[in-house]
Amino acid sequence: MSYQFDFLALLPYWREFALGVWLTLELSAIATVLGFVFGTLCAIGRSGGSPAVKWAIAAYVEVIRNTPLLVQIFLVYFGIATLGVHLSANFAAVAALVVNVTAYTCEIVRAGIESIHKAQLEAAECLGLSRAQTYWHVILRPAVERVYPALTSQYVLLMLASSITSQISAEELTAVANRIQSDTFRSFETYIVVGVLYILLSMVVRIGFGLFGLLVFVRRRKLGTSL
Amino acid sequence: MPTFTLVHLEYLSWAALWTIGLSVIAFIGGGILGFGVAMARIAPSRVLRTAAMVYIQLVQGTPLLILLFLIYFGVAILGFNQVPAILAASLGLTIYASGFLAEIWRGCIQSVPKTQWEAAECLALTRWQRMTRVILPQAIRIATPPTVGFMVQIVKNTSLASVVGFIELAQAGKIINTSIYEPFTIFVIVAIFYFLICFPLSTWSRSLERKLNVSGR
Repeated sequence: MSYQFDFLALLPYWREFALGVWLTLELSAIATVLGFVFGTLCAIGRSGGSPAVKWAIAAYVEVIRNTPLLVQIFLVYFGIATLGVHLSANFAAVAALVVNVTAYTCEIVRAGIESIHKAQLEAAECLGLSRAQTYWHVILRPAVERVYPALTSQYVLLMLASSITSQISAEELTAVANRIQSDTFRSFETYIVVGVLYILLSMVVRIGFGLFGLLVFVRRRKLGTSL
Repeated sequence: MPTFTLVHLEYLSWAALWTIGLSVIAFIGGGILGFGVAMARIAPSRVLRTAAMVYIQLVQGTPLLILLFLIYFGVAILGFNQVPAILAASLGLTIYASGFLAEIWRGCIQSVPKTQWEAAECLALTRWQRMTRVILPQAIRIATPPTVGFMVQIVKNTSLASVVGFIELAQAGKIINTSIYEPFTIFVIVAIFYFLICFPLSTWSRSLERKLNVSGR
């Protein structure tokens, strides 16, 4: 092998790499928060809505989970453009990621909701809790706590999948890498650096979710047991 | 202005076959490699276990897109000038699938109750016999639903093979789009193709899971 590795050629670009990392984090953070909110609402609708609502949400989840993210991104980006609305690449990227991760979140949270024992609901009724109180204290919070590890994995995958948005040239780490490698002709080195950055990012995201979990789930922190 | 015609549909159908072909290659390759990694992951040797764990972490921590770029440019560095797209795509997806399948299967193998391992040892079965006669037959039952579920992920992720120049469904859609520019129609049809491949797999995975739960009760 006669190839000379030259990582030093990439040194002048460290600012752009850092910016790429930041943009990827930002993109995935927005998609995660919105996806969690919408996904949880869908899960509530799917477990307690009218039959029509249930069916519609189920159909949406199935369609999203059985088509590639890349195609969803193309549809949002190019598809909406043909309707006459022009979206920036980044807006389309966030929108597509949210549409995608909402479906997965819905499925995960629904599993959590279904795992809540019926006796818990009866107990809540006996205690005279209102419908909203029951949903919040007895159903949602324990449900989310129970599926929190699955949600964490899903959101790490989302962060990695956000790299696909580089295909519509949204600004994030992979897009930055594509640009740097065409500037320097150091393709292999560039993608090694970016690969390492993604691995570090996924560790950071995982640890971040772990700490956030400790902060939010008081019961778990105090008792040290999972639900 | 040309519009979407049957010719385009035929082109997409051929591309769908390539998608299926690539998925099958990735599943078989990833399955063989992943099984090896899963075995290494539970091997008695600590070095092997750590190596397998690092491999899984590396594969699961990098986006498939980056993995494909690395292979595409990496093989060129090794001195092969023109890498056939199918080779680069197959290699990338095989590595990707092996990382995830290894972790799924490790979980399934380890979820076989400990007493089964101990009983096999009491009966003086060799390590090989214990694995092939006692543990794996039980683990395969547990592993089938998530494995079928992961096939869906493989099919969907073949859409990224376009970055190394492989023409499959998504890339075919893009090619047609550059000629007739009807993105909405084209990508909806592309999505339908993917759905038709993935949905039966998802349904199958779920029904397998249901059957397993019933018999395990």
